[in-house]
Amino acid sequence: MSAGSVHPGPSRVTRWLIVAVIGGLFLVPIVAMLEFTMRRGLEGGYDLSRWAAVFSTGLTGEYKPILTGLTNSLLLAVVTVAIMLVLLVPTMVLVRIRFPQLQRMLEFVCLLPITIPAIVLVVGLAPVYSVVARLFGSGVWPLAFAYGVIVLPYAYRAIQTNLQAVDVVTLSEAARTLGAGWPTILLRVVVPNIRRGLLAASFISVAVVLGEYTIAALLNRVNLQTALVIVSKADPFVSIIFAVLALVFAFVLLLAIGFIGARGPGPSSRRGPSARRRDASASRRGRIPTSSQKARA
Amino acid sequence: MTDTVALSPGQATAPARGSRARARTLLNGSMLGLVPFTAYIVLFLALPTVIALVTGFVDGDGAFTLDNIAALGDPVILSTFGNSLWLSALTAAVGAVLGALFCYALIGAKPTGILRSVVDAASGVLAQFGGVMLAFAFVATIGIQGMITIFLRDTVGIDIFANGVWLYEAPGLILPYIYFQVPLMIITFLPALEGLKPQWAEANAMLGGSGAGYWRYIGAPVLLPSFVGCLLLLFANAFSSFATAAALTSQGSQIVPLQIRGALTSETVLGRENLAGALALGMIVVMVVVMALYSLLMRRAARWQR
Repeated sequence: MSAGSVHPGPSRVTRWLIVAVIGGLFLVPIVAMLEFTMRRGLEGGYDLSRWAAVFSTGLTGEYKPILTGLTNSLLLAVVTVAIMLVLLVPTMVLVRIRFPQLQRMLEFVCLLPITIPAIVLVVGLAPVYSVVARLFGSGVWPLAFAYGVIVLPYAYRAIQTNLQAVDVVTLSEAARTLGAGWPTILLRVVVPNIRRGLLAASFISVAVVLGEYTIAALLNRVNLQTALVIVSKADPFVSIIFAVLALVFAFVLLLAIGFIGARGPGPSSRRGPSARRRDASASRRGRIPTSSQKARA
Repeated sequence: MTDTVALSPGQATAPARGSRARARTLLNGSMLGLVPFTAYIVLFLALPTVIALVTGFVDGDGAFTLDNIAALGDPVILSTFGNSLWLSALTAAVGAVLGALFCYALIGAKPTGILRSVVDAASGVLAQFGGVMLAFAFVATIGIQGMITIFLRDTVGIDIFANGVWLYEAPGLILPYIYFQVPLMIITFLPALEGLKPQWAEANAMLGGSGAGYWRYIGAPVLLPSFVGCLLLLFANAFSSFATAAALTSQGSQIVPLQIRGALTSETVLGRENLAGALALGMIVVMVVVMALYSLLMRRAARWQR
């Protein structure tokens, strides 16, 4: 963007000074976590024995909850992404093509979960889940119904920015003229065009689900985060090792979203300046930005 | 396939009526397409919210009562709301200032460059993923055996816990909260900074304005609504945050979300059933006020961003 060269921004020195000071402060807790896990017992000094132990013995014995939690969280991530893709995407496309007057309402509904704290949602979800448990059993996967709601704002934003940049109405009319039915339009015309947005929405959903604690903890289900809290009471070192690993994993995931957004495949990478502008103003109007949204720049 | 049938000679005599009927079926068909999502939202968003709010108004037997609402006036609960409010306000203010400063430093950095990519990803992780991990990070940093605690005690000679261990009380939440507020500020405020039009800076330079003058008379006034809007969002974010506090403090309920946990897990906490519903109602009221102000400000901010 040319803006940078014109705006009276900070000088090189000022910029790097601010980035170094604030960035440095933000590294302290991360470094502290690493330092903590490498401490040797009473004799002092550092080694990697705890990390080696976690990687060599695997997650057995007292670390079993973490494995269970990780498996549950991954399952939940998959089911949540599936719910999001199956329920949200066709609805967004349908509203865009056929019910433009419902656009604002859909946006309002999708951004609503930001306004309702998860802890408030749990108060009402507890009775709902006693019914859900009777229907589907008390396994962990039905929790994905609740997670589908909390990822809604993030997923909506990611898909919407992409959807706005594609002329879905013309494309679908063209496809209809050529005799395509609704499923064909959705799967073979629209989806390939918004692949980038769908990918970003899925990634961000995975990150949100893997980081979710409130709902699982209060509905007494085990996921990665609740398992980490349980294990931290017995062995703080191992829980911190996994916290570091999880943070790194999420960081890499979001970095990947950034790169997909910046130079990924798909028609949107060839978008002209007008589409980008439309995109930008749309994102500014939005209530919550997701990292994927910024990736578009 | 239906198209072939529709074009059979018999029906071709009434093309107008036929196409209108088909449009109607199509519309009805499309309406059906909205059903699954609507049903899902009703079951897992609307219903839980309504239940949460209604339970505040009923007693254990399901009869209408205002006892739970009246319980919100209890000094203990009022002080919890007070804690939540000042904690959110303080961390939002500090987070907003630090975050805005960091955004300022990023002006001119290439949007697809390494610095921006790393900052974007790191902000996303810390703002949305943190929760429990942040609690661990701060135990390792300023816990009783934390890196900074030990360093200050052994090297500098300052015992940060000289007056008791405050990490597991409300003040202990300040640093972890700031740690996720700053990244959220960066995510939300950066687009506003990028919305500043180069033409404004050009005009300022052409008329002989200085860099400081640009920020004083153009940048700051244009950005003010966005800044206050982001501040409100940060406030809402801290106010509704639960995971960090829950993982850090296993006992006591210094903030409202922890009090809701207490009310949910032991119904008899204050001898009042369904107190959780009343607390939830209180939270929603605060959130609605904050978010209403937020959308108002965002509409103002949007004036400059067309």
